[in-house]
Amino acid sequence: MDQLQIAQEMNRRLFLSRSGLGVGSMALASLMGPATARSSDASPRATMGPSGGLPNLPHFPAKAKRVIYLFQSGAPSQIDLFDHKPAIRERRGIELPESIRMGQRITTMTSGQKNLPVAPSIFKFGQHGESGAWISELLPHTSKIVDDVCIVRSMQTEAINHDPAVTFVQTGSQLAGRPSMGAWVAYGLGSLNQDLPAFVVLLSRGRTDQPLYDRLWGSGFLPTRYQGVKLRGGKEPVLYLANPSGFSPQLRRRQLDDLGELNNLHHQETGDPETLTRIAQYELAYRMQSSVPELTDLSNEPKSVTDLYGPDVQRPGSYAANCLLARRLAERGVRFIQLYHMGWDQHTDLPNQIRAQCRDTDQASAALLIDLKQRGLLDDTLIVWGGEFGRTIYSQGTLTATDYGRDHHPRCFSVWLAGGGIKPGIVHGETDDFSYNIVKDPVEVYDLNATILHLMGIDHTRLTYKFQGRDFRLTDVHGKVVKPILA
Amino acid sequence: MPQPRLLVAAFGAILTFANLIANAQPPAVDFSRDVLPILSENCLLCHGPDAGSRKADLRLDVRESALRRKDPIVEPGKAAESELIRRLTTDDADEKMPPSKSGKSLTADQIAILSKWVDEGAPWGRHWAFEPPHRPDPPAVRQLDRVRSPIDRFILARLEKEEIASAPEADRATLIRRLSLDLTGLPPTPAEIDEFLSDRLPDAYERLVDRLLASPRYGEAMASDWLDAARYADTNGYQNDFARTMWPWRDWVIAAFNADTPFDRFTIEQIAGDKLPNSTLAQKIATGFNRNNRTVTEAGSIDEEWRIENAIDRVETTSTVFLGLTMGCARCHDHKYDPVTQREFYQFLGFFNDVNEKGVYTETRGNVPPLVAVPSPEQRARQQQLNADLAEATKAVEECEKKIPDRQKAWEEQVQHDESPNEQSDWTLQIPLNGELPATSTYRGKGVPTWVDGPAKSALALDGEPESFVEAGPSVALQAESPFTIAFWVRPLGNGACISKMDESAAFRGYDVCILGGRLTVHVINNWPGDALKVRSKAPLPKTPWSHVAVSYDGSKKAAGLKLYIDGRPVEVEVETDSLKSTIATNQPLRIGRRTAGLPFKGELADIRFACRMLTPDDVRALHDRPILEIARTPESDRTATRRAILARHFQTVVDRELPPLTERLTKLKAEKSEHEKSIPTVMIMEDAAEHRPLFLLKRGQYDQPDKTQALAAGVPSCLPPLPAGVAPDRLALARWLVHPENPLTARVVVNRIWQRHFGEGLVKSSENFGLQSEPPTHPMLLDWLATELVRNDWSLKGLHRLILTSATYRQSSRAPAELIQRDPENRLLARGPRFRLGSEAVRDNVLAIAGLLSSRMGGPSAKPYQPAGLWEELAGGAGEGPYVQDKGEGLYRRSLYIYRKRTVPHPVMSTFDAPSREICQVKRPRTNTPLQALELLNDVVYVEAARNLATLMLSQGGSTAEDRIAFAFRRATGREPTQTERRVLLAGLTRYLEAFRADPASAEGLIRQGERPVPAGMDPVELAAYTATAGVVLNLDETITLE
Repeated sequence: MDQLQIAQEMNRRLFLSRSGLGVGSMALASLMGPATARSSDASPRATMGPSGGLPNLPHFPAKAKRVIYLFQSGAPSQIDLFDHKPAIRERRGIELPESIRMGQRITTMTSGQKNLPVAPSIFKFGQHGESGAWISELLPHTSKIVDDVCIVRSMQTEAINHDPAVTFVQTGSQLAGRPSMGAWVAYGLGSLNQDLPAFVVLLSRGRTDQPLYDRLWGSGFLPTRYQGVKLRGGKEPVLYLANPSGFSPQLRRRQLDDLGELNNLHHQETGDPETLTRIAQYELAYRMQSSVPELTDLSNEPKSVTDLYGPDVQRPGSYAANCLLARRLAERGVRFIQLYHMGWDQHTDLPNQIRAQCRDTDQASAALLIDLKQRGLLDDTLIVWGGEFGRTIYSQGTLTATDYGRDHHPRCFSVWLAGGGIKPGIVHGETDDFSYNIVKDPVEVYDLNATILHLMGIDHTRLTYKFQGRDFRLTDVHGKVVKPILA
Repeated sequence: MPQPRLLVAAFGAILTFANLIANAQPPAVDFSRDVLPILSENCLLCHGPDAGSRKADLRLDVRESALRRKDPIVEPGKAAESELIRRLTTDDADEKMPPSKSGKSLTADQIAILSKWVDEGAPWGRHWAFEPPHRPDPPAVRQLDRVRSPIDRFILARLEKEEIASAPEADRATLIRRLSLDLTGLPPTPAEIDEFLSDRLPDAYERLVDRLLASPRYGEAMASDWLDAARYADTNGYQNDFARTMWPWRDWVIAAFNADTPFDRFTIEQIAGDKLPNSTLAQKIATGFNRNNRTVTEAGSIDEEWRIENAIDRVETTSTVFLGLTMGCARCHDHKYDPVTQREFYQFLGFFNDVNEKGVYTETRGNVPPLVAVPSPEQRARQQQLNADLAEATKAVEECEKKIPDRQKAWEEQVQHDESPNEQSDWTLQIPLNGELPATSTYRGKGVPTWVDGPAKSALALDGEPESFVEAGPSVALQAESPFTIAFWVRPLGNGACISKMDESAAFRGYDVCILGGRLTVHVINNWPGDALKVRSKAPLPKTPWSHVAVSYDGSKKAAGLKLYIDGRPVEVEVETDSLKSTIATNQPLRIGRRTAGLPFKGELADIRFACRMLTPDDVRALHDRPILEIARTPESDRTATRRAILARHFQTVVDRELPPLTERLTKLKAEKSEHEKSIPTVMIMEDAAEHRPLFLLKRGQYDQPDKTQALAAGVPSCLPPLPAGVAPDRLALARWLVHPENPLTARVVVNRIWQRHFGEGLVKSSENFGLQSEPPTHPMLLDWLATELVRNDWSLKGLHRLILTSATYRQSSRAPAELIQRDPENRLLARGPRFRLGSEAVRDNVLAIAGLLSSRMGGPSAKPYQPAGLWEELAGGAGEGPYVQDKGEGLYRRSLYIYRKRTVPHPVMSTFDAPSREICQVKRPRTNTPLQALELLNDVVYVEAARNLATLMLSQGGSTAEDRIAFAFRRATGREPTQTERRVLLAGLTRYLEAFRADPASAEGLIRQGERPVPAGMDPVELAAYTATAGVVLNLDETITLE
């Protein structure tokens, strides 16, 4: 133990003896878990569970201890990636039949278009793995992990534009104001790590960016400590993590000791437990100053691992780097790891753009799964890959032999899940020949979210929070666990 | 009822069922206070207002059903014989209520209350909040010496009943700091503290309250809460989150609070100021309240969907802010708890259904209509000046124009005998278009070509249809490396290609002359855009009547080799593409009126000429002038209307020397006026369309599922007093109804929020919801007394603040023994004064003020203080407005109320301390305590710089010893002197920091250079850095960021 550590230890003991509370236990309590910190709107049930979660959770044994959600923002084209439609190859250029569209609404970006010409994918599909799942040539790496993955081809949503659709997937409502899924999980289950938040968000930019919004990882009406903490690329992964220039860690330690002592003295005067919580939060902040840089430092990852994720992993803030970071977060017990990769909104020039977009993401997505599997973490880690809606079979703009665009399509899209509690190597759901309507096993966004909670040991109908006199939940009054995809 | 058990439960119960406990004689059960909340919580989901989910045709929220005679479930006076009680207590799982799958169950105490209620005869009543408040007499209390105001009697009565002693009055230093932070969001200055401490007059405290209420800072502090409720922000909140300008509304709010605008007027003007007779600009600005909602600009969005969402947001906001009702719950179905039907929800929506707006303004930046300009006094003066100048200039032009015919006549006489310019003869191709096509040309449109009157003879008219064009021959194979000239007369009626020889499918190879955006445009292309020329005139072609145009080219493959002429004179051009390298040859025919297939031209054409040389400017001029002279020489009576117009324009724009300078001045003034108008901010306001939109219930709340079987009229829920008879149900009627003395909710909701501001929690904890699921008030009589007092006092908010703040209750010390904190952790009984962390605005403003950095400038456009780089770009790629551009100087230190509020990327200095993102209405903030707050206060440059600045003050004004300087900083931060121990800790720390920085002067330099404010000259960096570290400790004290 060096001098600093001794001083720290002494200091903690001092608090411990004075306040009658261990700093460690207090910090744990504050770790985005419900308790000590006083919230004006705290639900009466929000008392401490063993890891800062609710006492009655999990409702049943969890299959997954943590979730890594690889959100593909902008809406990837299911037709060019997962939803193989050989039958329409010969019908290229025909007008989308009314028997398929059935008067469904389309966005005002194509509702004024004179024709809606059917644009089959120009990409080759092949069958992969023992499961024989059809995957596009755009995803050579994903093709190699199909036996570990469950592809759902029958997702559908209610929203037709990005903002409400992404908000719907992430919060269960198209409008702002509800807690995000990660916030619900942090609220319900608390953290597995004393020095990191329960809900962490990682962003990466793609080719044609649609904006994202803080609300997507917000806490809505839940106390704000459950909101996702965004880790940023670069030297300050958490806002204000670094001491100001000229301020050494030793000096900071000394400052916090003085601050703690003064706050403690004042607490003896006022008796307000909030002051003790403040002391603990400053100590946790101090610990985060070393735990977070350690977390985000990828330099000690062996070459065999970085090679798995591809060359992009060396670029901080890239999707590949974030996937590797996601594994490190998973190892450290972060409950909900939310990635966003932008750039899938391919209204025009889709073939070129989707090629580049897949190059940026395919290898790292597969690598994450392989890496987790090698470490035995895949068994209790749930991976979800998917966007906010699908894309249209008809071309937005002129259809040529090599070029087309696709508009937003809420009526079907594809996602994949893997790991903790998911049945591997299967395909669930089916769409019609035009990848337009679902013909078998539709899965609502509510159902997907209910299933994710289920795998975390949460009955989605019972994780509620009272707000404005009503019990709210992630799935509102909807949602069925998708049983056929469970292991 | 077993009394001891109730007492054991008291601490949970104190807060929930306030009046039930700790009374030797249990009081009679009060239906509204005691029974209805139990029914609401446990039964109404299936036996409540929502007909859609009602079971067994039984309602427990209305008397007729709950106490029905036929098949009764309640036998008044006989709990033991009542089905209701039996079903609650049975062991039979099939009969037990609530059913186990509902997840609800009643406690023994709750069942006891219901039994007692039945035994007492099951008296029925209404939910308390829907009954008008009756002004109660303040209760009698024993401790009369603790009474300063009637408020204290209500509080003491409860405490005496609970046998809890109230805290003594806080010391004066604490009181002035508490009052200052509470009423102005800022700490008192040391001088203000000294003045108050030495003011020994008995009304010193009351005068202090009055001084603070009169401070302009008061309006700023009050506005922060109101802006949350009104979801005010500087961006529209969806997708690209474009900027908008709503700050004039924000400034209206601040001014209204400072003027103590009575709350009824404050309400009426914000809900319906536009509908008041002869409404003023300020009253229109006030209606921005309900334009603060988020608005959609995302391409592809469906208009009606978002128009409805706007209206729904206004219903939710208005009902939450003024009525404390969660009307939004009745959007898709009848309210599950409150007597608000789905139909009533849409009737309420009717008040906002006629707003003259679109639901989607696709990719529109800035404010969207309806809006109103809000000029500053200087802008107004300038506008008046410009209007006067414009009127004068317009008149001068008109006067001059009157004499044009005389001047033109004189000129015509003068040119009768001028020599005509020479006609060239070396044309490669001439297509006169003078009434018939050459045999080599073919009209491809329907029927025969249309001929109209042209500048010299006839002209070809094209209607802009894709097939209406002429395929001309023989083709002219112009070459990239050879000079050429193309000239013709044109009367454009739209965009399109006048002449082309181009292959659109081969990367647009060829050439064209077209009108695009009204401007003469020429393309010379091998492969677009990498191997091509594109040049266009800077100015558009004159709109009427005809122009002569010419394009000459020198064969250099450079844009500079292209000359454009309009009416025989060279014009300024813009080069868009200058990359031509290769041939422009194509085997497409020459087309008049479109390209290969695209750009059909609408307009008239005449006298097309091609030359394989570059015409000189004189040649081009002659081409134009000859026909003009022809017209001038034709007797006026023989001229066609077209030619008369051509001649008139030629005379006015080219020949006449008198009119042009006058029109030029007029044009310039018009441009100045338009520029000036653009610089005047606007604000979005409410304004109804001339016609009512039809109003329907929307099934399942879906915009495209209106129930057209029944048209609805705007109206208010029937559980509340009706609108006055004979009044049109519009927004103004709604506004007046909200603040009508008979409205049971508004005054209660308002006083509760003000109570919440001062004590941290409202008397009704659920300040956003006063419905059946609300938490009953801890002091119901006090709530009603305050509500009636507010109305009696003409809705004066300052009066209400004064009433509360001068009470002994508020003046209590917030220090409390452990057992009291354990017994009443949230201080709901108010046996002590308020103690809570400051709100996000005050956390920052307080520190800036302590450090002597805070700007006192009020209002205006929002400020952009320090923010970590890249935050906007990470989320939006800078979409919307591009990157965050930080202010310089004073803008860094303005009050946090003025920080630019970008909804999708809230400023961390605000969000970290629980400020909402303002996406939706919020009337209560959580108050969290997190490590991210610690990191922010320790490391954010705003706080590091503030510590440094406080350190400079310590050194320059804090005395000559370290002890004095520490005390100086401590007092600025906390309002009090440090204790001996506190001095010792801080002094020991300072000594250590000095040692550390002495050993490492480079670090000292680094630390004191944080932030943009320069370090005063002559300071020792080591000393300043050490004091900065000490100041940092002081600014991070729990006490510093806490109101106590």
